[in-house]
Amino acid sequence: MGKTTAQIQKNASLECDIAVFSNMDCKLDSGFNLKDFQIAFKTFGNLNANKDNAILICHALTGDQYVSETNPITKKDGWWSRMVGVNKPIDTNKYYVICSNVIGGCAGTTGPKEINFQTNVPYGREFPAVTVRDMVKIQNYLIETLSIEKLFAVVGGSMGAMQALQWTIDYPQKIQNVIHIAGALKHSAQNIAFHEVGRQAIMNDPNWNKGGYNKNNIIPERGLAVARMIAHITYLSDDAMHRKFGRKLQSRDIISFGFDADFQIESYLRHQGRSFVERFDANSYLYLTRAMDYFDLEKKFSTAIEFSPIPNQHIRYLIISFTSDWLFPTSENRKIVKTLNYFTRNVSFTEIETDKGHDSFLLDEPELDSIIKGFLDNNYNKIGSHE
Amino acid sequence: MNKMQSIRKDWNLIESLISRSAKVLDIGCGEGGLIKQLEENIQANTRGIELSPDLARKAIADGLSVVQGNAEKDLDQYSNQSFDYVILSQTLQAMVKPRDVLLELLRIGGKAIVSFPNFGHWKIRLQLLLTGKTPITEGLPYVWYETPNIHFFTIKDFQALCKQSNIIIEKSIALTSKGRQFEISPGISGANLFTSEAIFLLSYQNFTPIKLQSKQKTFVSNSALVN
Repeated sequence: MGKTTAQIQKNASLECDIAVFSNMDCKLDSGFNLKDFQIAFKTFGNLNANKDNAILICHALTGDQYVSETNPITKKDGWWSRMVGVNKPIDTNKYYVICSNVIGGCAGTTGPKEINFQTNVPYGREFPAVTVRDMVKIQNYLIETLSIEKLFAVVGGSMGAMQALQWTIDYPQKIQNVIHIAGALKHSAQNIAFHEVGRQAIMNDPNWNKGGYNKNNIIPERGLAVARMIAHITYLSDDAMHRKFGRKLQSRDIISFGFDADFQIESYLRHQGRSFVERFDANSYLYLTRAMDYFDLEKKFSTAIEFSPIPNQHIRYLIISFTSDWLFPTSENRKIVKTLNYFTRNVSFTEIETDKGHDSFLLDEPELDSIIKGFLDNNYNKIGSHE
Repeated sequence: MNKMQSIRKDWNLIESLISRSAKVLDIGCGEGGLIKQLEENIQANTRGIELSPDLARKAIADGLSVVQGNAEKDLDQYSNQSFDYVILSQTLQAMVKPRDVLLELLRIGGKAIVSFPNFGHWKIRLQLLLTGKTPITEGLPYVWYETPNIHFFTIKDFQALCKQSNIIIEKSIALTSKGRQFEISPGISGANLFTSEAIFLLSYQNFTPIKLQSKQKTFVSNSALVN
């Protein structure tokens, strides 16, 4: 296949770039042929003359392209602005950082919320199923459009880690380093179970209307909020919740003997649910949780490493897990390390001690910062002069 | 001689045993000082494994390929003969099952480099004889109840273990407490008395396949023999 190019447009309201692909033959894992689509993305820093300083950051389930600076939708800091930016561990003075909204997402990239150009109505449930592999395939189109032959690094946590791992299998020749944080070779039965509860909450909200809610301009906000509340519990740990909330009561001195949010944890979860509804599309949530559920490299990974048709020995891997992460536990991350060590690959691994659970990768973890910075900067210096 | 110089000396000796551009695994690599030196000086292709999360992270942040892991539990993830050299520096005495670890080294690597403090050194013998208490020395600086070193052994013990396990000692170098070094050989007596630290280069016997000579150009197949 030849080089893919797309038209890149600036989008003022989304404060990002949009790559518009038309008349493509993008065959998805489901067999669906995606002809026209667009990718919303943001870049930070400058691509150098050698084009060897590009880092692709893959976002997690409910992330977006606003990895750094201010997110124009929420008016808050980008989801990883503590890690990415000027003088941050992933320093945009040095690196050219690209972050794109995944296919099926809802921050400007083609997904169930967007208009289907063929029918002129939002896709809704007509949107094809997408997989992590599809996400990566479409990111690759974007990288080609930006004329980058080799990414210095692909970095991601959680669903982003899944994408990063997929990159090493599908396009090993295009990546130099990979940082895989709190991921796994597969989405476990327990993880699928939690996602299913979330999806049921959405689909059982009468407003969901079999996915067609966009037509009526009402959204299944109660279902989506409950889905978020459940998921949010899985991102924390028992210890962290206890440390933060304990059994403290919310704006009252005595229990109400009712079902108001007596406890701070209840109030906190309700708030998480409410604010999520404002920024995320319910159908996107269905599609993207499904994509994670379908992720399974457990059997394929070792064969993919050993018998890769494209050389992959040059890749340097950094795998990071967190002690209190029970959603993507250390044992699952270690499986990746074991496979890579079995094939004598350049792999580094560390488990960071924290009580903040799966969400640790987004939070203040100084050890995470220093290890990511050191890994990137030292390996960057190894590849010679940078102009 | 201070501790740091002693470590450097150990490293330089280890470096001298390794061929250029070799693939090297350092077990218990700490901050990765040795593998970094090997990468810089002899362009070795290195990996490390380290138990301490802090030290492993320092090594990783230094750009080295190091995994946090346990030498007694996590060596099974490395495949047979996947490295040219496997190094175990000053760690064997801290292993629960040193013999198993030693055999693992030679499963993973073509050659193993093992260094350890010699418990047969005269100062240690004298300390035990005169004080009647567990010796504390530069190489073994901990009191008995909080030492990580749970197996005390001498050069003679180690040589016997190698013999018993069919391991060839290709080279063994002694370091005295004054920093002098000499090669341990059967000809030199007293090595076990004067060596404070020993470094061994080990391998298995290289079995060369037995060549059968035959004047016939074609061999008779099994089935033909049966018939």
